[in-house]
Amino acid sequence: MGKLSFIARRLVKGVFVLLAIVILNFLLIRLAPGDPAQVMAGEAGAADQEFIQQLQEKFGLNQPLHEQLFIYLKGVLTLDLGWSYRQDEAVATLIFERLPATLLLTGTAFCFALTFGVLLGALAAARVGRWTDSLITVLALVCYATPLFWVALMSILLFSVYLGWLPGFGMFSVGAGYTGLEFVLDVLRHLILPALTLGLFYMAVYTRMTRASMLEVMEMDYVKTARAKGLAPGRITRMHVLRNALLPVITLAGIQAGQMVGGAVLTETVFAWPGIGRLMFDALLQRDYNLLLGVFLVSSAVVVLFNLVTDLVYTFVDPRIEVS
Amino acid sequence: MQKNLEFWKRFCRNKGAVVGLLIIVAVILMAIFAPLLYPDSPWKLVQRPFIPPMELDGYWFGTDTLGRDIGAGLVHGARVSLLVGLTSTVVALLIGVTLGAFAGYYGGLVDDGVMRFTELFQTVPNFALAIVLVAIMQPSVESVILAIGIVSWPPVARLVRGEFLSLRSREFVQASMVLGQSNARIILTQILPNTLSPVIVMTSLMVATAILLESALSFLGLGDPDVMSWGYMIGAARTVLRQAWWMSFFPGVMILLTVLALNLVGEGLNDAMNPRLARKSR
Repeated sequence: MGKLSFIARRLVKGVFVLLAIVILNFLLIRLAPGDPAQVMAGEAGAADQEFIQQLQEKFGLNQPLHEQLFIYLKGVLTLDLGWSYRQDEAVATLIFERLPATLLLTGTAFCFALTFGVLLGALAAARVGRWTDSLITVLALVCYATPLFWVALMSILLFSVYLGWLPGFGMFSVGAGYTGLEFVLDVLRHLILPALTLGLFYMAVYTRMTRASMLEVMEMDYVKTARAKGLAPGRITRMHVLRNALLPVITLAGIQAGQMVGGAVLTETVFAWPGIGRLMFDALLQRDYNLLLGVFLVSSAVVVLFNLVTDLVYTFVDPRIEVS
Repeated sequence: MQKNLEFWKRFCRNKGAVVGLLIIVAVILMAIFAPLLYPDSPWKLVQRPFIPPMELDGYWFGTDTLGRDIGAGLVHGARVSLLVGLTSTVVALLIGVTLGAFAGYYGGLVDDGVMRFTELFQTVPNFALAIVLVAIMQPSVESVILAIGIVSWPPVARLVRGEFLSLRSREFVQASMVLGQSNARIILTQILPNTLSPVIVMTSLMVATAILLESALSFLGLGDPDVMSWGYMIGAARTVLRQAWWMSFFPGVMILLTVLALNLVGEGLNDAMNPRLARKSR
């Protein structure tokens, strides 16, 4: 009962957030420079008055704002995000072609960041005050302060140019004609540098959080009891401390995962990774506002969906969540 | 006076924070005295292009693809980074503190409304929003500041709201209410000063994040086209990375050092202002 109503409430909330994001996006499009009809007519190469009027009628630009919003909402619901005149293609088509590449990149980066962040954080907490702890703390501090795009460039310089270990450009070797397993391995080799550089900052965040959270839990009475009972320290760390310390980390990781889509703009630009981040950069260079805002809308929607899934998974992992 | 001394003692106990403070002071001095160190505009073409660092006297950091002095860029770039970092944080504080204070003080429907609004801004990928905002407003120092401010306020609002919620029910606030003080007066003179220390700690971390955001925007070509910045230098050198590593290496080190220093100072402030919460691990 409690669980079901929680899920229902969460779903309703997700829908409202999505709606709010669509409205925000609509307002931003209206703020973009140039009257849309004039811009479109200009792009189409026929800026005469009649054509502009036709366009205004077609897209409802001569109607009051709330009517326009309604038309826009209807468009979004049918996955019509407008037309990119620079690329001569529907915005939705362009985005959904590129979305899988971005999901692969951010997903890998997220798994890397969470795994190593938790491992390093737990290690630091277990060895608190010793040199392992200091080393990890300093490492996390530095990774936390490094500009993402700069690490990306430096890693290309080091691993791709000087050492020649890994490719630093694109998603697969163009013209190599790999198929099957060879192709998969080729993509994986291309994935390593972008995913690691994108994940590095978040790894630092999770390291710090895990360490702090574990140190907090270590002071709890039940941990003291476990120690007094004479349980092995390793067992206490794993069973009593880590398990409870991880809950806040996972919650925050779920909220933050979406922010990686923003970071992907930088990573994909540097590594020429063919995802929606790179698409956003291209749209930016060409001042293609329809496409720019389309990417923004879709990446926000991905974040909302991801948060929703995290919350739902969470209800099954942590029984206490019903109460709040 | 005694209190100040105590504060500095606690701050200086954190060695990282002291190092951070020294770096920040150095960067600030660099920004202030930039016109003395490098009187020429950082955009001026002064030598032949592609001079590696340490090769030519007076051009320790080398020159870029057009023959501009990288050293001049580094020093002048400090100005934009600090300016944008500080002012955008002020913008974020203005929005965040106002909304957080209203939500926490009035509670109920106001609180619900403000918090839903805050959640919306927290959900949207903030770097992507900043890109869209600057692209719409056209790149300039003002638009970059405004965009960073707009994407950075939600954590402030949440923090201030939390503080207000807990302080509102405290006796000294209740007493002011009974005395018939106006809401505005209670908010500004009774509660707000008590939220100051966590807000200050958060501020130094926000300046750091703002500098990272500014550099990323400039890197993508969304910086003010008339102002030399570290992010722009890296962005401009990206295509010649393989031939000229120094052009993107040095500006990156500057960003890294500045942001790292601000984070260290933030931790030191945290230790000094919340002595009870200071981590036992140090």
